[in-house]
Amino acid sequence: MPTVGVKRDLLFKALGRSYTDEEFDELCFEFGLELDEITSEKEIISREQGDTKASGASDVILYKIDVPANRYDLLCLEGLVRGLQVFKNKLEVPRYKRVSPLSGEPQKLIITKETEAVRPHAVAAVLRNITFTQERYDSFIELQEKLHQNICRKRSLVAIGTHDLDTISGPFTYTAKRPGDISFKPLNQTKEYTATQLMSLYKTDSHLRHYLHIIEDKPLYPVIYDSNGVVLSMPPIINGDHSKISLKTKNVFIECTATDQTKAKTVLDMMVTMFSEYCAQPFTVEEAEVVYPDGKTCIYPELAYRKEKLSGKFINQKVGINESTEKIAHLLTRMCLLSQATGAGDEIEVEIPPTRSDIIHACDIMEDAAIAYGFNNITRTTPRTYTVANQFPLNKLTELLRQDLAAAGFTEALNFALCSQEDIAEKLGKKISEMRAVHISNPKTAEFQVARTTLLPGLLKTIAANRKMPLPLKLFEISDVVLKDETKDVGARNSRRFCAVYYNKSPGFEVIHGLLDRTMQLLEVKPARGEGYHIQTADDSTFFPGRCADIFVRGKNVGRLGVLHPDVINRFELTMPCSALEMDIEPFLGHTAETPLTRDVPMKEVIKHRFPTRDESQQSAHSRLTSTKTVFGDVSTQVGLEALSDFLADKSYIEGFVASQADMIVFDAIPSPPSPTLCHLWRWYNHINSFQTDRARLPSAKSRYVLPATPLATPNDASDEEDIDLFGSDDEAESAEVARIKEQRLAEYAAKKSKKPALIAKSSILLDVKPWDDETDMSKLEECVRSVSMDGLLWGQSKLVPVGYGIKKLQIGCVVEDDKVGTDMLEEAITAFEEYVQSVDVAAFNKI
Amino acid sequence: MADTGVLETLLQRVEKVDDGVDSLAVATSLGVDHQVIVGAVKSLQALGDVISAELRSSKHWELTEEGTEIAEQGSHESRVFSCIPQEGLAQSELMVESIDDQVREKLLLVQKGHSTQLEEKEKNELKKRKLLSEVTVKSYWITKGNSFSTTITKQETELTPEMIASGNWKEKKFKPYNFEAMGVAPDCGHLHPLMKVRTQFRQIFLEMGFTEMPTNNFIESSFWNFDSLFQPQQHPARDQHDTFFLSDPAHAHEFPQDYLERVKKVHSEGGYGSQGYKYDWKIEEAQKNILRTHTTAVSARMLYKLAQQKFTPVKYFSIDRVFRNETLDATHLAEFHQIEGVVADYGLTLGDLMGVLHQFFTKLGITKLRFKPAYNPYTEPSMEVFSYHEGLKKWVEVGNSGVFRPEMLLPMGLPEDVSVIAWGLSLERPTMIKYGINNIRELVGHKVNLQMVYDSPICRNPPTHF
Repeated sequence: MPTVGVKRDLLFKALGRSYTDEEFDELCFEFGLELDEITSEKEIISREQGDTKASGASDVILYKIDVPANRYDLLCLEGLVRGLQVFKNKLEVPRYKRVSPLSGEPQKLIITKETEAVRPHAVAAVLRNITFTQERYDSFIELQEKLHQNICRKRSLVAIGTHDLDTISGPFTYTAKRPGDISFKPLNQTKEYTATQLMSLYKTDSHLRHYLHIIEDKPLYPVIYDSNGVVLSMPPIINGDHSKISLKTKNVFIECTATDQTKAKTVLDMMVTMFSEYCAQPFTVEEAEVVYPDGKTCIYPELAYRKEKLSGKFINQKVGINESTEKIAHLLTRMCLLSQATGAGDEIEVEIPPTRSDIIHACDIMEDAAIAYGFNNITRTTPRTYTVANQFPLNKLTELLRQDLAAAGFTEALNFALCSQEDIAEKLGKKISEMRAVHISNPKTAEFQVARTTLLPGLLKTIAANRKMPLPLKLFEISDVVLKDETKDVGARNSRRFCAVYYNKSPGFEVIHGLLDRTMQLLEVKPARGEGYHIQTADDSTFFPGRCADIFVRGKNVGRLGVLHPDVINRFELTMPCSALEMDIEPFLGHTAETPLTRDVPMKEVIKHRFPTRDESQQSAHSRLTSTKTVFGDVSTQVGLEALSDFLADKSYIEGFVASQADMIVFDAIPSPPSPTLCHLWRWYNHINSFQTDRARLPSAKSRYVLPATPLATPNDASDEEDIDLFGSDDEAESAEVARIKEQRLAEYAAKKSKKPALIAKSSILLDVKPWDDETDMSKLEECVRSVSMDGLLWGQSKLVPVGYGIKKLQIGCVVEDDKVGTDMLEEAITAFEEYVQSVDVAAFNKI
Repeated sequence: MADTGVLETLLQRVEKVDDGVDSLAVATSLGVDHQVIVGAVKSLQALGDVISAELRSSKHWELTEEGTEIAEQGSHESRVFSCIPQEGLAQSELMVESIDDQVREKLLLVQKGHSTQLEEKEKNELKKRKLLSEVTVKSYWITKGNSFSTTITKQETELTPEMIASGNWKEKKFKPYNFEAMGVAPDCGHLHPLMKVRTQFRQIFLEMGFTEMPTNNFIESSFWNFDSLFQPQQHPARDQHDTFFLSDPAHAHEFPQDYLERVKKVHSEGGYGSQGYKYDWKIEEAQKNILRTHTTAVSARMLYKLAQQKFTPVKYFSIDRVFRNETLDATHLAEFHQIEGVVADYGLTLGDLMGVLHQFFTKLGITKLRFKPAYNPYTEPSMEVFSYHEGLKKWVEVGNSGVFRPEMLLPMGLPEDVSVIAWGLSLERPTMIKYGINNIRELVGHKVNLQMVYDSPICRNPPTHF
């Protein structure tokens, strides 16, 4: 937030009254400013440089006022006073006018095409017959500085040059030259320098050195000349000394060069609207003409007034007040937005002056009405939004566990998520390249090089900082680490961990082991191989050889515990033995009654909103799509095929611009080659068919494609459901009776099916297939899984999901026809590959 | 307990006299150190009303070390005198022939306990010479108590299972407890104070019907952290000086393409009734991965998701870490916890936002609120929330709030008449005030003072003053 320093007495004089500090603070608060500090030049110098330097400095009282970052019109005394006086109804908002020069042509600024590569934009204007006093002059310089620091983004977007017009003569040329070819006497220097020399001269200048980088490595530097070859400025670094303005200056030429045209116009408008007050004709600005390299010309400053129409109802409803249209128009006028009721209903016409570049939407106008009304005069109401609260399941589990771990005698630590590479690698006896760590590109210190991949270093550092505390130290933390993960849109994800350490004169492995047992008890996992948990020897350079074990829960490795390696203990500047435990807690989430929220967003939109900016004609077959899972209807029916053909009318592929698994899934779902009458589908079908030989190599689908049956089952069709044999008996000695019934049912089913061809009950299943260990060849495993083929089974996309410590599980989707394929059949078929597959779980089962 | 022998002897002495005995006298007559008798008195007192002892103090004079030496060997002067041989120095002949060692005599008087024979002036003179010192002796005047007896019953310290079984606790006398002493500290673990306060804030949101957002994603793309919030790409917050950028993984690779196009358009050209920022929006900026600078990035994802289904009103909250590459000081760290609340519903007003804030802060015990207009790129109106600090007697800022801009909500696809109000505050500041911590490093991070963690009280209410 920019801070503007103004002399209190000058301010009060301009406001036409004086205030106590409290009164003025109150006025600021109401208007959205903040009286940050009451001080004096003397006080500032004495605080920054000591009392001796301060003697003799002015002790005129200064108000330091914080101004909202988008209100460039309040960055100087003139603007502040104007804003406040209009707000207090003491002044009518002035109207800024652009005028032609009384005699002759406007000043010209000619832009040459050389500027294109370095700083292509420029605008200009003239303040004619201005009267400066010392205070006005100071304020004029100060405003340039404030604009440079804020909207101009430290001169990188816009740089302002102000010149005594009577010392130079137009037309002016804005061009770019080689630094060696630019030579002039810069502001407040006594001799000429080339641009190259200037750049090295200003290397040590506490103020200017911050701007050098903007043009430093460019082959050509921007420069402005007058018609006699006098250098006005070398933007964005320095002006020429020749044209410098002084208290005696009567006519000011203002130029703004920029990399952002919009901002340049705004900055020029701010400069001239603020200071045209002191011109012989107040609030008039003399135009200047800018000639572009292509010969086009423009007149500046723009000083554009924009009109917006909005309803009184809109303001009343958004703010929560009930005011007449006239009253609202009056409120807005007090915010320098000249407004009036048009008489057409509750319509208000609002004029946005060039000083209010912050007003870009009706909501900005609404806010100003609310400010003028007084935020604290608005009645506080309670919205009637009825919602039921849900906890994020992972946080719920964390909260519950934390309580019980503290009850188990361990004290909670809270460490930083950022740390040095050394902390997570070398100190633990590991290599940083082996960590799936996220690296920070701009750390200010080594403490912020990476996001932690383990909680252990934080706990060890906590112990190191608390060595004076009585032993044993028992600490724990449940928090997130960050791991790289290609499957996420940002390439990384958090993983919630539980870590505990025991630090004492003896290693206390049994204590940490006991804590593991207790944790498992809390999580309702019994000590047992297979379905329970167990630990088994592991090798890890962080731990003392032979004193480290992996934690297996239901066959999955979830973490590790052991006695720390003496080298690790030393590297963390500890002296006692220490045992530690770290494990993932996400595998224990299980199922919750509440629907968990996720922040994963759909990458493809299926609901088409009517966006006002959108071309109506773009509304296509999309509008038929109703949810993320139903895509085209049942493609085994003609209707489904037609929808798909429509969809493909303007697309080559189901998604994106290359063939992917999405195409394959849809391709597989089409029972037979389509008729050429569906020309788009037919084209696509033949094209995709050509990929069949190496379909596995196609990129995975970005969205989940599940191909549904069209209409949903009505209650009368419930009998269909009963036919599903969930525990499909594989008794080979089926009795003739059973066979007969089955045949009869099949016949009935076929009859029903012929009546309602679209009705096939299907389900989308997501399976978790777990390997034995991290050495299992996952691609082989997937191959095996996909080799399972049954009538009514369609494999979908798959991905490998890390489960911890290098082990990944295969998550694979499929669509089954409920009548033909059961989950037990699937599981049985997959677990048959016992060389690769340890277990199969149904992660999700959805009726389509 | 003192030797029972001494106790009994003492009791017998007391029994023999009617008006009582002086502990010092008893010590002298028994030939034991006075402290032994004092110990016995204390023990007997602890047994109940066996004796009553009145503390008395008397003063007497004692010889200092030097004084004792003089009393034994004569004053320094006399020793000099006696050392000079008869045939010695001529000067001695000029002096007195024999001396009367008065100093020694006076000291000897005192040593024998006859100090009263000396005049005060004489004693003070000797005191000045550091030969005498005045000593205060504390003694007890011991008399019989109401339940005086010469036999001592041993007092039990604790109730035992045997006593309960046999019932003989009824006859026993029990040593009274010292209720002035501290108990034994329980052997237990402790929760971190910041997390205790977090639990309370979480509780308040849940009580108010807010659903918790999944904020377990520290890495975010600039797109969701800034662009989707209508924060322009040249905004200073997106500077290297304010935000942590990632070198690996440097870029996010997947965005909802349709939405991205709409965001691009509203920034560069406007739309939805907005003028836009009118600048050249670049996908490269949006792709840059960062450590999220606010949890509002997650709110943006949640609101976008919400827009992808039939709209239903929601209330969301989160309390999680955010990261800023800022200058660090006693109250600022590169990472801190942000508390955020969001309500989305049809026709919410600024008055509704104030009402919700009033309810939220009332739950914290803060009832005096007022609102200051402020600026934030993604909310309009924006309000800073101030509460009246009774201690400081002034208004202090306690949070930030606002109504999300249409340029943020409409490209997501939310219905036009839906308003989304939101507010945020930091978790550390109220916690530091509650637990009286001045340096944030003592609270968060490995330099935490574990004693502070051990000693921190429960957080019934988050602090009533920020």
